[in-house]
Amino acid sequence: MSKIDPLALAGAKSKGKRPYFLETDVERLTNIVLVLAQELAVVRERTDTLERLLEQSGVLTRQEIETFTPTKQQADERGAWTQEYLARVFRVLQQEREALHTQEASSEEVADELAKV
Amino acid sequence: MSSLVSDKPKAEPARTYDGPPDYRVVGQHGMYPHLSHDEISRFNFLAHMNRHLSTQIMPGVKEAFDARVEPKFAAANGRGFKDRHEVRKALLKDSLFQWWSALRRATMETRQQAGRWVTLRQADQLNAKAKALTEHDQRLKLNPDLPLPRYVEAIDHHCMPGSYHTELTDGDVTGPCNYDIGIFATTGGMLGRYNDGGGQAIAAWVKETLPDLKPKRILDIGAGLGHNVLPIAQAFPDAEVVAIDVGAPMLRYGLARAKTMGVDNISFVQGDVSDLSDLADESFDMIHSCMFLHETSYASMPKIFAETHRLLKPGGIVFHVEQPQYTPEMPLFEQAMRDWDAFYNNEPFWTKMHEVDLDSWMVSAGFARDKLMHSGVAAVVDPDVFPQAAKDTKQEDYGRKAAWHVVGAVK
Ligand SMILES: C[S@@+](CC[C@H](N)C(=O)[O-])C[C@H]1O[C@@H](n2cnc3c(N)ncnc32)[C@H](O)[C@@H]1O
Repeated sequence: MSKIDPLALAGAKSKGKRPYFLETDVERLTNIVLVLAQELAVVRERTDTLERLLEQSGVLTRQEIETFTPTKQQADERGAWTQEYLARVFRVLQQEREALHTQEASSEEVADELAKV
Repeated sequence: MSSLVSDKPKAEPARTYDGPPDYRVVGQHGMYPHLSHDEISRFNFLAHMNRHLSTQIMPGVKEAFDARVEPKFAAANGRGFKDRHEVRKALLKDSLFQWWSALRRATMETRQQAGRWVTLRQADQLNAKAKALTEHDQRLKLNPDLPLPRYVEAIDHHCMPGSYHTELTDGDVTGPCNYDIGIFATTGGMLGRYNDGGGQAIAAWVKETLPDLKPKRILDIGAGLGHNVLPIAQAFPDAEVVAIDVGAPMLRYGLARAKTMGVDNISFVQGDVSDLSDLADESFDMIHSCMFLHETSYASMPKIFAETHRLLKPGGIVFHVEQPQYTPEMPLFEQAMRDWDAFYNNEPFWTKMHEVDLDSWMVSAGFARDKLMHSGVAAVVDPDVFPQAAKDTKQEDYGRKAAWHVVGAVK
């Protein structure tokens, strides 16, 4: 095993105080979004390679992909996946909405309560 | 077939493509690391990101400057801008400049991470390869006791973690290897297959300017991993070339890389070019630096210039290749934009170096004023594969444009 751990070191900070141009949290989020955009491009390019190779080897044509129409059953399955996906992504908003209708104690308050003798 | 799907003949492309080539055109020398499909895609994305920033977003910064930054400043102060620093400070309050800057910085950091991942995950193989190529080779001369100049040690230039000198392990070359493989992403492919568009331009310029020069010995100061000295060594195959740098990993990688590219007339020597007392007076016919002075200091520059004067043979030529100086003719907006890398991409001395009168510094070092020379060079790249830097009018990337000024002298 190498002594060099790429996971820990690849993202190392460069020496020198980092400037921020936006509100720090907005800029942090921007950095996260940029990397997600990068990784989406990576996946997109890989899919593109796949399609071209499959076409080259005669497995399918890209025209078949473009003209693919899911059956009712397939469309339902895909729709369900998209719904689950969105539910995951927007969990925080769902919970925000649920909280509107409740009056709940915080863990700290519950802890205090449970410590009462 | 669904009615949504047309059976019309294939549409013509909506526009002709004009952008960076696929990363795979980058030259694969023998020290090149393995890059997976996804790793290549990351560099493709980053090259596009940089080009998008410079061609689509940066022009908006100029528009915002004209439309609101400058008028606002004039209204508030009853006068125009005094200098580039006032311009920059006013720009910092503008949201388009802020967003462009935040994304540019983020792209640079993301590029470093992408490249470091590639080289660090195969560090042992890369380091072993470099060792096999350089061990017992007299052309690699390292000096582990050499003190690091403060300006190298103080900050990691262009946000490259570990800069030019850090060794994560004995014989480490992962730093320079990361530098090498990621230049494509930072420049959008503007420096050519081997990132040597600058060196090729220099070689062509020397041959054109001094057709009778047959240098026997050539010195490159601050040569880095040798990108730009290779084409010069190739242009003068009978010359003995000495490439000096303070960073041991750069030199180690540089020699290994050069050997796999079949360039054998360069020695890679570790030294601080403000004191080259090991080298004899008047022992070089040509001495040059490429994109080097802006990473030094006011204290060292006169020493460096004096050393070049001492080391140069009478009749020999010295020159420095850099981005243009800030002269009164250069608009303050352009100066402020060119300063971006100084303040926000860890190139602190950039702003200071670009305001001095290099001619006077050369004269103080002993060169005759009437023997000074000035010129300009633009990256030479393979036009079949890369958008040609000089002709690419769409890309005004200020300090990162692949075109430089040359200031030099004949002794
Ligand atoms: C921006 S790089 C330029 C590399 C190369 N000339 C090129 O064209 O790509 C600057 C290099 O100068 C080196 N350097 C900085 N100060 C130095 C000094 N005093 N003596 C020798 N090398 C130095 C750094 O280690 C770094 O490799």
